[in-house]
Amino acid sequence: MRKHVKSKTRSKGKPLAGLKKSPTGISGFDEITGGGLPEGRPTLVCGSAGCGKSLFAAEFLIRGAVEFGEPGVLLTFDETAEDITKNVASLGFDIHALTARKKIIVDYIRVERSEIEENGEYDLEGLFLRLSHAIQSIGAKRVVLDAIETLFSGFTNQGILRAEIRRLFAWLRERGLTTVITGERGEGQLTRQGIEEYVSDCVILLDHRVIGQISTRRLRVVKYRGTTHGTNEYPFLIDEKGIAVLPITASGMDYDVSNKRIPSGIPELDEMLGGQGFYEGSSILLSGTAGTGKTSVAAHLANATCQNGKRCLYFSFEESQAQILRNMHSIGIRLERHVKQGLLKFFATRPTVHGLEMHLLLMHKMIEEFQPSVVIVDPVSNLGSAGTLDDSTNMLIRLVDFLRKGHITGFFVNLNTGGSYTESTDQGLSSLVDTWLLLRDIEVGGERNRAMYVLKSRGMSHSNQVREFLITAKGVKLVPAYLGPSGVLTGSARLVQEASERANQQLVKEDVERRKLMLERQRRALEAKISELQAEFEADRVEFHRLSRMYELQKEQADEDRRRLEESRRATRTPKNVGK
Amino acid sequence: MKAKSPTVKKRAKTAKSAPKSRSKVRKKATTKAKSKSSPGDYWSLRLYVAGQTPRSLTAFANLKRLCEQFLANRHEIEVVDLTREPQRAKGDEIVALPTLVRKLPEPIKRIIGDLSNTERVLIGMDLLPLVGMHRATP
Repeated sequence: MRKHVKSKTRSKGKPLAGLKKSPTGISGFDEITGGGLPEGRPTLVCGSAGCGKSLFAAEFLIRGAVEFGEPGVLLTFDETAEDITKNVASLGFDIHALTARKKIIVDYIRVERSEIEENGEYDLEGLFLRLSHAIQSIGAKRVVLDAIETLFSGFTNQGILRAEIRRLFAWLRERGLTTVITGERGEGQLTRQGIEEYVSDCVILLDHRVIGQISTRRLRVVKYRGTTHGTNEYPFLIDEKGIAVLPITASGMDYDVSNKRIPSGIPELDEMLGGQGFYEGSSILLSGTAGTGKTSVAAHLANATCQNGKRCLYFSFEESQAQILRNMHSIGIRLERHVKQGLLKFFATRPTVHGLEMHLLLMHKMIEEFQPSVVIVDPVSNLGSAGTLDDSTNMLIRLVDFLRKGHITGFFVNLNTGGSYTESTDQGLSSLVDTWLLLRDIEVGGERNRAMYVLKSRGMSHSNQVREFLITAKGVKLVPAYLGPSGVLTGSARLVQEASERANQQLVKEDVERRKLMLERQRRALEAKISELQAEFEADRVEFHRLSRMYELQKEQADEDRRRLEESRRATRTPKNVGK
Repeated sequence: MKAKSPTVKKRAKTAKSAPKSRSKVRKKATTKAKSKSSPGDYWSLRLYVAGQTPRSLTAFANLKRLCEQFLANRHEIEVVDLTREPQRAKGDEIVALPTLVRKLPEPIKRIIGDLSNTERVLIGMDLLPLVGMHRATP
């Protein structure tokens, strides 16, 4: 007997291992569940009013018919077929056309308690017959039972009803129909009537939560028998393309890194970052107090990115696109041509418009659609107002992970409020980012000036210098700040210092000139003296020459005289002999 | 109301114990009596069933007996077998079976079940006044 049971469980386990799944076509949902809903089995989609159950079910059915070639029957107990047709028409689905092509049947089953009198035994065979008729007429593979719990309010005999619903699910399963049943959320249980106990294969919970007046839609796979699935709550949104779930919490840390660098748009800043700028795909945090020029730095990055022919997505939570474009004009950055070229895209909204998850989701969606190389979020600190601080930290971590995974450079602007310590962020982003630039005010001598420094930059040599940050009509300039006795000199103090240094230099220069002239004069005097002495010497030499010549002549004369004298004494002797 | 019920119930019981008529389900038992043509006098009834299940047959038998007893010659009964004509379920919003639909006199009324409780059928079909009249005469 035991052996028999064992073999039975084993044989039961086999098909589960290769559980077939029916893709829903709902963006992101198939990723979470690893392929979709369990094929040939019922799935319960439950949630409170207005959470998108019916839409989920309708989208599953319509996409099944349109994209996966599986016709479907929609039995609705809640809305009329016309209502449903209108509802999904806003998502671009034409139920009339699909009905005409025998892809879909929408049947509204009206159950009105006041019109029905119960008398004796009955069953719901009528429902079965209607369903099976509809299924047979189009060869349906998918079935949706929207708000089946309405039946419970239509009939008083709950015992019969429960038995019949159990029979219905067994019947659907027997026919291998992939079914979605929607149910209203009940107190203490998933559905009001507890029909989850009949649906044991897959339960999906939709939620529409309002925290701090901001609502977020979330989806969770409560159970999915026989398969692994993401267990987190995934935010989803309903837009003009239907439901979009993004498995953003599933992002891990297994991403590659790049050695490429991208310019920041400010040459001096690139210099400070080892001469080449940021790493591609890194996360950069720029924090500073109000009015320190954070947005200008961001605009430089956007400008540089677009000039290199790459795309940049700018999320602005404070200023509108027109405002940023106009303001950047004043510092000589013309961003509108990039907008026209389609390289730069602004997305300006108030943080309080959606919940954080929704923001993240929208960002994901936009990033996936636009495929930018740089994403700027200005400012991230504002997002705290769309949720709790913890939530916004959590969201930013996921955003950073998502960007890194896609090799997208993330540039986050953080506004430090006056009270908080400038070398920290409210969101705790500091440990997360790769490069952290700090802009700060320096108040000296009745002036407020800006200074910038690189607090950290992972994986590159970077300057430790505090540089003065100037916003000029030709963009941002970073000039080396002067170190004076009272610290860093900025603004007019620096200008004064520069002027006095210039004056000093002038003085020294003049001194040098003077000395040079003096030396020249000395040299000339020396030369004059030398030539005078030379002349003197020459005169002496000539005199000496004259004297020695005179002496020679005199001596010759004397010799001549003596010879003549000797000759005169010995007249016989020849002058030849005399020479011997 | 309660005072009347015992007699009605008694009658129902006796009717139930009577042998079931093996009528064809897809038959129209139409008897028209146009003599009393005031509105609300003519009863058009439709019984939806799913094949010849015991429950269908019970419902039909109960209905037939009731009509013969209280609506002799001024009613018609149409039996619709949804296993043969499933498309007809839509028209009268049929979910449960068997369902009895009173098409005439208006408003439309529905009773589900095998009609075993005669008194409730009478209430549901607004037949009590007739029954009352019927009983007031003797």
